[in-house]
This record gives sequence, C-alpha cells and structure tokens, in this order.
Amino acid sequence: MRYLPLTQPERHAMLAAIGAATIDDLFADVPAEARLEGPIAGLPMHASEIAVERHFSGLARKNMAASDHPFFLGAGAYKHHIPASVDHLIQRGEFLTAYTPYQPEIAQGTLQMLFEFQTQVARLFGCDVANASMYDGSTACWEAISMAGRITKRNKAILSSGLHPHYVSVARTMARFTGDILQTGIPQLAATTDSAQILAAIDGETSCVVIQYPDILGRIEDLSVIAAKAHEHGALLIAVVTEPVALGAIKSPGEMGADIVVGEGQSLGVGLQFGGPYVGLFACKEKYLRQMPGRLCGQTVDAEGKRGFVLTLSTREQHIRREKATSNICTNSGLCALAFSIHLTLLGEKGLRDLAMLNHGMAVQAAERLAQIPGVGLINDSFFNEFTIELNKNAREIIHQLAARGVLGGVSLGRLYPGEAALENGLLIAVTEVVTAQDIEALAVNLQELMA
Amino acid sequence: MSGLNQSGWKPAMGAAEMADAPTYTGNRALMLEEALIFEIGDGATSGIDLAPAPKVTGRLGGLGRSHKIGLPGLSEPETVRHYTRLSRQNYAIDLGLFPLGSCTMKHNPRLNEKVARMAGFADVHPLQPKETVQGALAVINDLAHWLIALTGMHGVAMTPKAGAHGELCGILCIKAALAARGEHRSVILVPESAHGTNPATAAFAGFAVENIPATSEGRVDLTALKARLGPDVAGVMITNPNTCGLFERDMKHISDAVHAAGGYVYCDGANFNAIVGKVRPGDLGIDAMHINLHKTFSTPHGGGGPGSGPVVLSAALSPFGPLPYTARTADGVVHLIEEADAEAFEREHFGAPLQSFGRMTAFHGQMGMFTRALAYIMSHGADGLKQVAEDAVLNANYVLRSLEDVLDAPFAHSGPCMHEALFSDDGLAEGFSTLDIAKGLIDEGYHPMTVYFPLVVHGAMLIEPTETESKAALDQFIGAMRAVAARAKAGDPALKSAPHFAPRRRLDETLAARKPVLVWKEPDRVEANP
Repeated sequence: MRYLPLTQPERHAMLAAIGAATIDDLFADVPAEARLEGPIAGLPMHASEIAVERHFSGLARKNMAASDHPFFLGAGAYKHHIPASVDHLIQRGEFLTAYTPYQPEIAQGTLQMLFEFQTQVARLFGCDVANASMYDGSTACWEAISMAGRITKRNKAILSSGLHPHYVSVARTMARFTGDILQTGIPQLAATTDSAQILAAIDGETSCVVIQYPDILGRIEDLSVIAAKAHEHGALLIAVVTEPVALGAIKSPGEMGADIVVGEGQSLGVGLQFGGPYVGLFACKEKYLRQMPGRLCGQTVDAEGKRGFVLTLSTREQHIRREKATSNICTNSGLCALAFSIHLTLLGEKGLRDLAMLNHGMAVQAAERLAQIPGVGLINDSFFNEFTIELNKNAREIIHQLAARGVLGGVSLGRLYPGEAALENGLLIAVTEVVTAQDIEALAVNLQELMA
Repeated sequence: MSGLNQSGWKPAMGAAEMADAPTYTGNRALMLEEALIFEIGDGATSGIDLAPAPKVTGRLGGLGRSHKIGLPGLSEPETVRHYTRLSRQNYAIDLGLFPLGSCTMKHNPRLNEKVARMAGFADVHPLQPKETVQGALAVINDLAHWLIALTGMHGVAMTPKAGAHGELCGILCIKAALAARGEHRSVILVPESAHGTNPATAAFAGFAVENIPATSEGRVDLTALKARLGPDVAGVMITNPNTCGLFERDMKHISDAVHAAGGYVYCDGANFNAIVGKVRPGDLGIDAMHINLHKTFSTPHGGGGPGSGPVVLSAALSPFGPLPYTARTADGVVHLIEEADAEAFEREHFGAPLQSFGRMTAFHGQMGMFTRALAYIMSHGADGLKQVAEDAVLNANYVLRSLEDVLDAPFAHSGPCMHEALFSDDGLAEGFSTLDIAKGLIDEGYHPMTVYFPLVVHGAMLIEPTETESKAALDQFIGAMRAVAARAKAGDPALKSAPHFAPRRRLDETLAARKPVLVWKEPDRVEANP
C-alpha cells in the first residue's frame, strides 16, 4: 500500500490518543447493517506498480494511436503537434497538484496564468473579456445560450444547422428541462450554409443565434450580416469555434459582431485524449460581464501595493449565490487552460499565423488530391483545415474499411447524423500540420481502391 | 514551537528587515518576481519551428485575418522559465499537507500520470471507429464496473465532466424519471449545510430549491424533512458524510421517507473518500450519487480542474442516464452506445425502449481522468481502498482531538468525525477571525483549511488531512495550528497582517471586484523609470 504512510504502530498510537479502541469505533455512526465487514467481495486486491503498468500497457496496445497512422479525424477534436515543453511544464507539481486558487497569496502562479489565459482567449476571439475556462466546447455552448436568455429575458434560440450535432444534443438535453425553445436543423451537403433561413427566422422573440465558425462541414462564412440582423431585433450572436487554430488565418468572430464567443480549446496543448478532458473557452463583450458563468481572475494589489491576482466577481457563482448563481459550474479545466496558454505563448502571434497557414495549405492540397478520385466530390468552396467530401458509397462503411487498412480516414457524417440518408455518403477530412504528403497519398490511394 | 523546523532554515525576512535590504530586481533570492507574457513577449517571437506552408490558392472564403491579434510569443527557454517561475508561487500537495476540507487533497500518484499518457489512451480520437479503440473503451467499462461495485448501485453515467456536472446528471435523471411517471414535481430539498453547487444545480435544471434545517448535532433534521415531503417534492440532495464531517446516521430512514413520498434521493458524493470500501451508498437507499474522481480517486486537481464526475444510479434511475455509454457483451467486445445504436441495443439487452435523457457533453467523458482513477483503484484494490477510508477518518479524528482544547469544535460531542474536522471562530480575541488563522497558517508553510464553509457554523474551519499524511506530518501541522490559534486568542497584531512570507501579502479583493481588470491592456503611457 505504497500511497499510505501510516504504520500499524502509529495507527494504534493515534487510536489511543483519540480514545478509540478500534478503527470501527470511529465508524460507529454508520448503522451496523450497512457496515461492510471485509474488503468488498469479488474485487481484486491491491497491485504493484509493475502489475498496474503492465495491465494498462496491454490495453493501450489494443488502440490505434493517431501518431502511428495516416490520420484525418476532426469534427471538434484535432490532432496538433504539442511541443514537449508544454507537457513538461504542466506536470510541475506546483501546477498539477494545486487546488482552485482560493488563497491568492499562495496561488499567484495559477492566478497569473489564468489572467494571461483570459487575455489570450479574449484577443483570439476578438472579445473584451474571457473567463478562466469551462469543461469543454459543448458545455460552454449551452452556458452561452443560457446566458443569452438571462440577458435578453427571452428563451428562443436559433441554432445553425452547421453547429456540431453533439453541441446541439447537449443544448437539446438542457432545453428539455429548462423550457428553452431551440430551432435546429440538419445541414445540407452544399457549399452554402443555412444563413438565409436563419436571417429569415430572427424575430423579436429570438434570444440568440448560434453559429459555428468554421462550421461542422468546415465552411467559413461572414457573420456580420447575421450579427446585424440579430442586433436589430435585440438578439445576441453566439459564435462557436471548435478549431481555435483557424483564428490564426481568419477573422475573429468578435470582429464581425459576435456578442459571445465560445469554443473548444483542445487543439492547443491538450491533445486528443479520446474526448476529454478538454477545455471550454468563453469570451464576451464587457457589458455582459456580470452575466458570465464560471471563474474569473482579476488584477488587484496586495497590502504593500504590489500587483497580484485574485478570483473575482464571485457573487455570480454558486458558492456565494447558491440557487441564484449564473451557473452551477465549480471545477473548470484549469490544467488544460494552462496547457492551452503555454502552447499559445510558445507559438506567439507569428507562430499561430504560420501554423494556421500550414494547416490550410496542407488541407487545400489534400482536398485537391482527393477531388481527383472518381466518385469523390468536394462540397466546400471555403474551408480552413477541415472539409467535407461526398463519396459514391456509404462513408461510415468506408471508414471501417480504411481502418482495417491502417488509415484513420476522417469522420463520417453517418456517425454524426445517424439515420440521415442524405448525409450518409458525406465524409469530414481534417488535415493539420502533423499530416504528411505520404499520409495524404495513403488516404487517396486506399479511398480510390475502396470506391472502385 | 521550537524543534518543529529542525533544519533551522529561516524562509524569509520580515517586512521590516526587507525594507532595510532592497534588491535591484525586487526578487528575494529564490522568491522570483515574474512579469506577464504581454510585458516580456512580442508578436514576432516564436518558440516553435514550423515547416513552411505549401504555396496554394487560399480558400478562406475572403475572410482572411487582416487585424493584429495581439498574442505575444516567447522562445522555448523563456517559456520554460516563465512558467517555472510562476509555478513556484503556488502551494501544492507536492509541497505539503493541504487540509482543504471537502476537497480531498490527497497525494497524486505519478503512475497515474504515466498511464494516462500512453499513446493508446492520450493519442486516440473520440470518433475513431470502435474496433480501433477497444482498449480505451475497456478502461471506461472497467472503471464503471469498479464504481458500481464500490457503491452497490445499479448503473453509472460516466460522461459528466466534474462534480457539479454530475449533480446535474443526477437531477436530470430524476426529472426524466418523474416525467416518465407523468408527474411534475417542482421542488428539491437541500440541507443548509450543502455545497453551493447543490442548490445551483437544482435551479439550473429548473427546480425550486428549499432548505432543510440541521439539528444541533450537525445532521439533517429528519422530522423537519419528513414534514416537508409531499407531492410537489421531486427529491432531496444530501451530502453524506455531510459537510460538518459527520455521517448521516438516519440516511436510510431519510431515503425510505423520500421514496414513500414519491421522491428520489440524490447524494453529493464529494466526501466518498471517508466511506469507500466501508459503506455502500446503494445500501442506504440512494438513487444517484456523483463521485469526484479528482477527490476520492486521486486524479490531480490541476489548479482548478479538470475534474470528472461519474454518477452511480439506482435501478429506478439507470434507464434515464445519458448517452453515450459503454457496455461489454458476452463476446468480449466493448460497445460504445451512441444515439445511432441506443434504441436497438436497449431493446435487445434490456427489453425496453430507450429512455435516456440525452447527451450531456460532446464526447465520452474525461478519459484522461478515467485512466488515472482506474490505475489508482487497481493499485489500492478492494483491501487498500478500505484502508484509505479508515486512515482518512483516523487522521481527521486525530486532528479533531488534538485541537479541540484550543479551538471550538461545535460538533465534537456529536461523536467521531468522518474524514474532516470542523471548528468555529468562537473564543478568538476581539477583532480576530478565521481569516487571520488561515493567513497565519500560510506563513507556517501550509495551505489553509476550507474557511467560512459550511455556513451553519460561524467562522467555519473545515480540516481534511486525507489518508496520505504521515503521523509526523500531522503532528507538525497540529503544532502549527495550535501556535496560530494561540496567537489569534492572544490577539497578536502580527497575525492580523499575515501572511508575511508568501509571494504576496493580503490582496485587495474589494478593489478587484469594484474595478474589474480581467485582461491585460497596454499601458496608456510608459511611466518613467525611477
């Protein structure tokens, strides 16, 4: 029991000091009929570090790791190269094993990092302020819809059909219980989005319009027209960014008038991790600050006048406001926010722009190569590092066949939109800086053979 | 208190001495000041070398970025130094005892970090074909199996991302179960001593929240609770062991009464560490309980997350849990049951139509936390986890009995405490408060306990030592607590201005809230160098 420092003689000495005869005296308040006598039957006993490590190595080998294969999956989680120093730094015990910075005098490291993170996120999204992170993009998206409801005192949200279907599902789950009304749709396999329908749907009862940018099919569109129409009717524009690297190449949503911008920060520093933990990004205009959910770090001074940082505006939060809080969120995603912030600091403005253009360039080359395959059609006119192709076969089946050939070939729209016949031949392909020309060729050759 | 610091090392000078010995940098030897990245970096610097982008015709839809973003970059050595310097301004479990009540700051084994970083778990995409992620799905399924066995419950929802998200999951299950019965019940009862997340969660899910009082012993008032039950009450949210550090002796009676009135019982499992392997919540009639993997099962807190909050569910609530979930079939295959397969799978295996309330998050939960928690659970095994609870409770009682003569312990007469010991500010000198004790502890080299929570005790101090502290570590902490308490009772003015030796003195939280500065802005003018 390597994690337990007490020795048996110490346990006895401590029991004696307490005045208890046995350890069970300390569990006297547990009704006898509910008390377990020995270790729970049927479960294994303790194991050595060697044994546990061996067990996990065996399980890990049963998975196809992205780095070992030509890899093209995206749809809200992207494989980017993470510099070695990021993982080293987040494993420093002073970051890894610290708590939420409730005692600011001995948590300035975490607090200053959060202040830097908030500034980075706000600038990247083109917003005035950002919070200290949420669980992930999908939950941040619902929190934004909920916040728009509080600001506008309306409960009708229009969700673009280009919004990630899992984000829509999360919002739908919550809306069922809160009574919010969501207008949603299924995307068309076309170069144009549903913005015309959205413009037509905005009215005086709309609380917000939610648009993913770039959208689930990879399409990029100007948000300013929708922002103007939403504002005209007293509604807010919420932009959702699932690939923040894109903002090194394209305009920020804030520049185009978005009121709240949320996103998934996984692309920077965090890694794929089979879906979590990730890091939700949340930014907005300053005038909506007091309706924001989540932790906020703010600058102040100490008793000697030195600059320092604290958690602030906690009167919005559950531990103060209880049932009147703006959200029930408590733990956020601090360590992932740190990884995001370190990666973005290593990149800097120039690095982010170069990285974005490298992603885009690789993606354009891949799109052009794949479009040459008979039976493959490129759907997008515009895209960043992810685009949609239409096959002449069921893409979900093709994905399994590609995997059997050692190629992780993208995300089929059939997986994301089960039962939607019009989308079942659609395939999302993400191309980042880790993809090589050989990987693209491997995908193209195998796809061509499987489609023949 | 001499002899506690056997090395005789003196951490820093007092403020008066410092004023006599200014340094050019403002640093104090190993105590290093660090500027913001915005003050030391610039947009042209990068710490990453990238291949040049291929020359292509851009397809950005005419939305190419023209404005500067304003992101500073640092070279790799500067980056490593910046964050290393920042890290040294944090207290952490790796540095010492971290007695933050209800937060279970126990040692974070590094084996867990190692396994979580294996490429087969860290470098797989959530939407890979299921046959390519069988090992990852097995981890989720195995952990689910352990959590069910340890709690004696029927099922478990693995996707919630943290404790409060788990609460939401449990409350949504209750709401869905009521809806399936065709009932609309609008009230959730929450004890006064509950974590703030409980009422916030119930309200977030559209319930009205009503408080139930506590008895003078610090437990839920069963009579008052029973009197309030009725057809409008959807359920109760109870923390057990509760936030006063006490086991709710009447838990089974509470559950029976709530069930008899047609409601459900939610248990906040934040304090599961006290009873893991000793009591199964399923035997107490609980319908839903979240488990903070970042507390009981030692996944690191990371300065405020990420957490993970799986929710164990009774047979009555399991059908309503979220998608997706994992299931192992007789052929050994682990399935990931998503929207596409759920209806058919449940009809085939459970003989019932799909009743899930839906999806709570984009993917399958906190995989990186699952690997860590499972490695921890397997390391301890059934025998070790029981020992965890026993040592956690033993350590807390040792602290309680070692301090009750110097600090008011309002519930010390209520019997043994569980994993945490609760004190009040009663008996401190005029003008001295719990906050002063907390800040004094900082100078002694400790992170303070949880302060001013639970709200049912005036100036509450909630101490949770956890099982990963040695007796020697506890004895030193107790010595420090006694010394600081003595200063607070004697009215030592130096305690009012503590901490003296931390990277910062007391910070002005009022200023921060009154004039919020949440992002860095370029100074309007550069002030002349003094």
